[in-house]
Amino acid sequence: MGGSDGSGGSGLVVHDLSVGYGPVRALRQVSLEVPEGAVVTVLGGNGAGKSTLLRAVCRTLSFHGGAVTGGTVSLNGRRLDGLSPDRVVAAGVSQIPEGRRVFARMTVADNLRAGALGATGGRTGRAAALRRVHELFPVLADRAQQRAGLLSGGEQQMLAVGRGLMATPRILLLDEPSLGLAPLMAERIADTVREINAQGTSILLVEQNAALALRLASRAYVLEVGEVTLSGPADELAASDEVRRRYLGVVDEDAAADAEGARTTHPALTRWKG
Amino acid sequence: MSTFAELLLNGVSMGSVYALIALGFVVIFRATEVVNFAHASLLLAGGYVTATLHDDIGFWPALLVGIAGAAVVGAAVEFLVMRRYRGSDHSVLAIVTIGVDILLTTELTRRIGTDVLPLGDPWGDAVLTIGPISLAHTRIAAFVAAALLITVFLLAFRYTSWGVAMRAAAESPETAALMGVRLGRVSLGAWAVAGGLAAVAALFLTVFPTPGLERATSLAALKAFPAAILGGLDSTTGALVGGLLVGVTESLATGYQSELTFLGRGLGDLAPYLVMMVILLIRPAGLFGTKELARV
Repeated sequence: MGGSDGSGGSGLVVHDLSVGYGPVRALRQVSLEVPEGAVVTVLGGNGAGKSTLLRAVCRTLSFHGGAVTGGTVSLNGRRLDGLSPDRVVAAGVSQIPEGRRVFARMTVADNLRAGALGATGGRTGRAAALRRVHELFPVLADRAQQRAGLLSGGEQQMLAVGRGLMATPRILLLDEPSLGLAPLMAERIADTVREINAQGTSILLVEQNAALALRLASRAYVLEVGEVTLSGPADELAASDEVRRRYLGVVDEDAAADAEGARTTHPALTRWKG
Repeated sequence: MSTFAELLLNGVSMGSVYALIALGFVVIFRATEVVNFAHASLLLAGGYVTATLHDDIGFWPALLVGIAGAAVVGAAVEFLVMRRYRGSDHSVLAIVTIGVDILLTTELTRRIGTDVLPLGDPWGDAVLTIGPISLAHTRIAAFVAAALLITVFLLAFRYTSWGVAMRAAAESPETAALMGVRLGRVSLGAWAVAGGLAAVAALFLTVFPTPGLERATSLAALKAFPAAILGGLDSTTGALVGGLLVGVTESLATGYQSELTFLGRGLGDLAPYLVMMVILLIRPAGLFGTKELARV
């Protein structure tokens, strides 16, 4: 795999990344790559370290008392670890946090303005970004003066995506965009992700909804208790028994027996070593 | 009736000055969620700079230097003290501001001593009389200046990138950081703006009919606390309404003191706090404050 030294390679390269919250180790030597223009997904259950991974890339771990204890993150060869969050945004990484986190008390228009605060494109860049967002989500133009807190869940997710796009990122990190949305709305978001990618933005999609994520992505990683346990092309992973059983909800008796076996052979946790 | 009108107008004027102080208080709270107990000492610092300089460089330049000085002191407190405690509990930070306040106030009162320092304002003790109502020029100037500054501030808060960054950071610091907002800069700006507003307030707390800047001026500034709290600590509108309410209450209670002697003396000083308590009993988050809401 190219870029295993953590500095080469194009796109986002995470190499041997370890993260701890105090004595609790949340990520252990996680390596993954999002090539320029690709859609890559990270699957995993609750507490697997998916959000931690995104926080580590965007340098917001300190808000949660966490810190990177080893490894590197780089975008197109430029190191991101060690930068402040605003520099990461300026470098072209934009994250849409889990649970949408729109600024509920601000209007839709002001939310989008806030999204452009870290952009480097200047006034014309901002105007172009806003046009693009309004083309993707016409409803955001209609509701420009409405308070974001009054939007429906799906509209809030659109606003969150739109706000992330206002920084005109080269790579967009999405943390569980389908969370808490009706299936139809989740499909709508998936279409949008595809469209954003077609317009040239790389996507790193973190999802529990594996079926949706594996359809969107070209490559997938499975994260379990802080470690990458599986990785490969998305269609291969979608076909593998392990993923089908654990994340796609396909259960047969053999698989259930396998799962039983897997549970006993799975290595014991060593989280409290510090 | 004319007494009432006079008291009301004076109250509104004083209230607008309290609103200036309360606004700075609210700005710091919104940007950093810290209750700034050092606010009165920022005010005293601004007033002191103006008072010491006006003889040499004239009133208006001295006022500008005073505003800038208080802004610098505010920014310095943020940069040298508050920033070191980032990530600490907000209540710890609030107590740190008490420490800062004690330090600054001690040094300033040592310098001021028992003096009463005039600020050299151009209005003197002139009085405008319209029919039965007479109003000191200083009170008119206070109202005009406060209204102007508050308008500029609110417009900036609503329409500039600075305002958007400030509101975003107030609502969710982490999400704002993901948008590329520099939280350190937002917090620094809030402290500087609060300092500048406090310096203007210092001027109007010390002009006629008050003799000048003295040690007790910071006590007068404390009346902005009930103003900010009864308006709702995180609301700029609340700061304005709270300020006016405190100003008018104080003015009326002082003016009708003689008819209220059964309540004892000094009711004017007490009234703002009484109003605050009553309002908080009815609306615990203040008039315009955001209730602690958790959506599940």
